[in-house]
Amino acid sequence: MEQLINMVLLTLLALITFGIIRVRNLFAVVVLTSAYSFLMASVMMVLDAVDVAMTEASVGAGISTVLALGALYLTKTEEAEPRYSPLLPAVVAGTTGAVLIFGTLDLPPFGSADTPLNTHVGADYLARNMAETDIPNVVTSVLASYRGFDTLGETTVVFTAGIGVLMLLKRWRKAERRED
Amino acid sequence: MRLDTILRIVAKIFIPFILMFGLYVQLHGDFGPGGGFQAGVIVAAGIILYGIIYGINAAQRAVPPGLVEAMMPLGVAIFAGVGIAGFFTGRNYLDYSNLMHGDMVHGQHWGVFLVEIGVLVTVSSTMLAIFYAFAGRGRE
Repeated sequence: MEQLINMVLLTLLALITFGIIRVRNLFAVVVLTSAYSFLMASVMMVLDAVDVAMTEASVGAGISTVLALGALYLTKTEEAEPRYSPLLPAVVAGTTGAVLIFGTLDLPPFGSADTPLNTHVGADYLARNMAETDIPNVVTSVLASYRGFDTLGETTVVFTAGIGVLMLLKRWRKAERRED
Repeated sequence: MRLDTILRIVAKIFIPFILMFGLYVQLHGDFGPGGGFQAGVIVAAGIILYGIIYGINAAQRAVPPGLVEAMMPLGVAIFAGVGIAGFFTGRNYLDYSNLMHGDMVHGQHWGVFLVEIGVLVTVSSTMLAIFYAFAGRGRE
């Protein structure tokens, strides 16, 4: 059953990807990417990564769609015809994809218990978590406590990105106001 | 879009629930999926929905841009401040074990709770600030 759901989701993902490549109307592309994110969130649900699914649904399908629509409002809604032949980019993308798939051949099967991921720190966190933090959701305790430095870094990255966007867009507005 | 009655009414009904769900995701992150990041995005999404339906001016009256810009560094400061609090309780940076006078589990609970609030503050305000920046640009 799970395999069937996975196959349906991945087929839909592939179809949407082709749609995004083929469609020239950018409004449709934004809607398609939003649908892509929702499908990706479903894939994460099937993989039992509920926290990631939640993030994907809210950030990928929610906020980035709104921001893409906001950006679309400032530009044209039709994608320009490409000036160059798409052959070279297609070769580069195809080769990169092939190399990545080749790389996955060496990975252990999904969910197998004897991988370094599941035998070293992962198992250690699971064993110590309840006694040390008493937080049933291990994702939260790893994120906020055991790996607090990482999360502090991520929060700083979000902050820095926001500051960068504000500097770019706000300065532009002030400069224009001074001109009038 | 402002004249669309159905959108306005539905948004008005939905926004309190979206904000409430954001708080639930934030405070229930210890027990179920979610946490500061997800909750921050959900809270921001609720306010962005308000801004889309009722206009950017109404959203900025409810949540002023100055407040949003102050919240962006505030969240990082809360997070880093909790980390420094670890020093004063005789532990390492970002080690919450001693925050509650030696009760390790209790200290961890408070540390995680405060840190997640820091994440919520920064993430929600950053998303809102980016939305304000984009939406405000088209107006002029």
